[in-house]
Amino acid sequence: MPHPPEELTLTPQPEHTFPPLSGAERATPRHSAPPASPPRASVWQSRRWWRQFLLVLASLPMLLFILLPLLALLLRVTPAELLDNLLNPMAAQAIQLSISTTLTTLVITIIGGTPLAYLLARRRFRGHTLLDTLIDLPIVLPPAVAGIALLVAFGRRGLLGSWLDIFGIHLAFTPIAVVLAQTFVAAPFYIKSASVAFAGVDRELEQSAALDGAGPLAIFRYITVPLTLPALFGGAVMTWARALGEFGATIIFAGNFPGRTQTMPLAIYLGFELDLQVALALALVLLVLSFGILFIVKGLLHQRVEAIRVS
Amino acid sequence: MRHRSTRAASIFCRRSSGAAIILPLLLTLLLSACNGPSGAASSQPVTLNVFAAASLQAAFTDIGDAFHTAHPNVTVTFNFGGSDALATQINQGAPADVFASANIKQMNVAVQGGQITSSSVQTFAHNRLVVIYPKNNPAHIATLQDLAKTGVHLVLAAQAVPVGQYALDFLTKASADPSFGASYKDAVLKNVVSYEADVKSVLTKVALGEADAGIVYITDAKTKADSVTTIDIPDALNSIAVYPIAPVKGSQRADVAQQFISAVLSAQGQATLAKYGFVAGSSGPQYTPPAGA
Repeated sequence: MPHPPEELTLTPQPEHTFPPLSGAERATPRHSAPPASPPRASVWQSRRWWRQFLLVLASLPMLLFILLPLLALLLRVTPAELLDNLLNPMAAQAIQLSISTTLTTLVITIIGGTPLAYLLARRRFRGHTLLDTLIDLPIVLPPAVAGIALLVAFGRRGLLGSWLDIFGIHLAFTPIAVVLAQTFVAAPFYIKSASVAFAGVDRELEQSAALDGAGPLAIFRYITVPLTLPALFGGAVMTWARALGEFGATIIFAGNFPGRTQTMPLAIYLGFELDLQVALALALVLLVLSFGILFIVKGLLHQRVEAIRVS
Repeated sequence: MRHRSTRAASIFCRRSSGAAIILPLLLTLLLSACNGPSGAASSQPVTLNVFAAASLQAAFTDIGDAFHTAHPNVTVTFNFGGSDALATQINQGAPADVFASANIKQMNVAVQGGQITSSSVQTFAHNRLVVIYPKNNPAHIATLQDLAKTGVHLVLAAQAVPVGQYALDFLTKASADPSFGASYKDAVLKNVVSYEADVKSVLTKVALGEADAGIVYITDAKTKADSVTTIDIPDALNSIAVYPIAPVKGSQRADVAQQFISAVLSAQGQATLAKYGFVAGSSGPQYTPPAGA
């Protein structure tokens, strides 16, 4: 029996749900009851209490550090102010643009990232590690570097941009530039997650489907994807969340124009300079939106993992 | 980065000696942060935090170096940014000792925020706007009127930034001028592809050739003279930017702050500013405090 995932992470490793069939029995229960030896039970209990206490105490500073700024943001804006500022056209435009660009980014990432993740997971070739590392790079790069890199690639005098310019295509300062910036910095989250999941699928299942006459696409559609769905979903959500918060690459590569390239993070930054209340309201919306979606997705993922475990 | 840590740390130092025992590392950090502000005697090392408009970066860096040479115990730390962002930071309690703004409005934001006394504010420089375009001039701009041609990719600073407001003022004044026509402002604004967060971003976008034209300070244009060409805006249409400077009230190094302001206003400081294209503070319009202050 697969051991239960102790804590569901956003991008669950496949072995949580599908341990290798030949794997040794590693599933040592972590929350099992104390050894039943009645005379010592109370000592054990008190030690356990003490350990719990120390653990909570040690966790507290980091927890408070993360919660305090979020709480401060929440307390700073009254509901009336929030509503008032959200009706501000700058805020409404920014929310609309953020939603449309991040969803586009998500679709592009899934369409373009899935084959790449599959390639990385299933094929061994010269330069595999190099490619794998290169894909990680946008995750660790400062977004400003990403913005400059995009500018020298797709900008008007850029590597590819100078060719596009001949055909009168200008990417900078358009919503396309926003999507490019978001995809560049956010797609690796999905690709990594999908690649790890694809690598973890039990090949015997795919092989038996092939023996039954299923073609490669059918195997992918009916075996690989369903088995990796939680990880694909988790990766997609991370990509979406990262795209929603994208700021540095966007302001450098796409510029800032209300309704065209001014996404929520940009509106928050410029709002901070113009009117702190609008910025606070937008920041709160971003916070609630991100939290809500991450929370729902975690819940869905959990259900899904539970369902697979039960079946 | 925004220099907020020092004040926050000093609050910690007063109140939370008990809590800090939990993490020795945290304690070490706090103690090292407490050492800074307490020792402000003239011979001891002093750090002076100067919040200055982004357009002052080159000139103030030079003045700061000269000041450090004259006062070896003083390290001048600059926080360059949009004046509006700096004023907000100061009002939110950022540990600034000196504020140098690119316009009167943002200085008065700090005055009305209670962080600066209006009588201590002095005008130290003036700046003026120019139109810039990349050396290869992709949109074939020759005159100010050309900014209204369709298809020109124009980049301005956001309205919240002084230079952005000055650019709008120029467009308004030009629209009232028969040689531009009443529709000039609207036509030019239609060409705007981006409102950048600060003047340096406008300059960079034009210098890189991403935009066909931009409006910046003459001082900024001078720093990229090899990649941008300028068109002068006549005095009648130009907004002469007034640069005021003042010590921040909460400063624990008020004496050093005053010395730095004197250095900016000195003949040597004014010469440095002139080298970067600024006009002397003593000539032209002067700082005016907010109404009722």
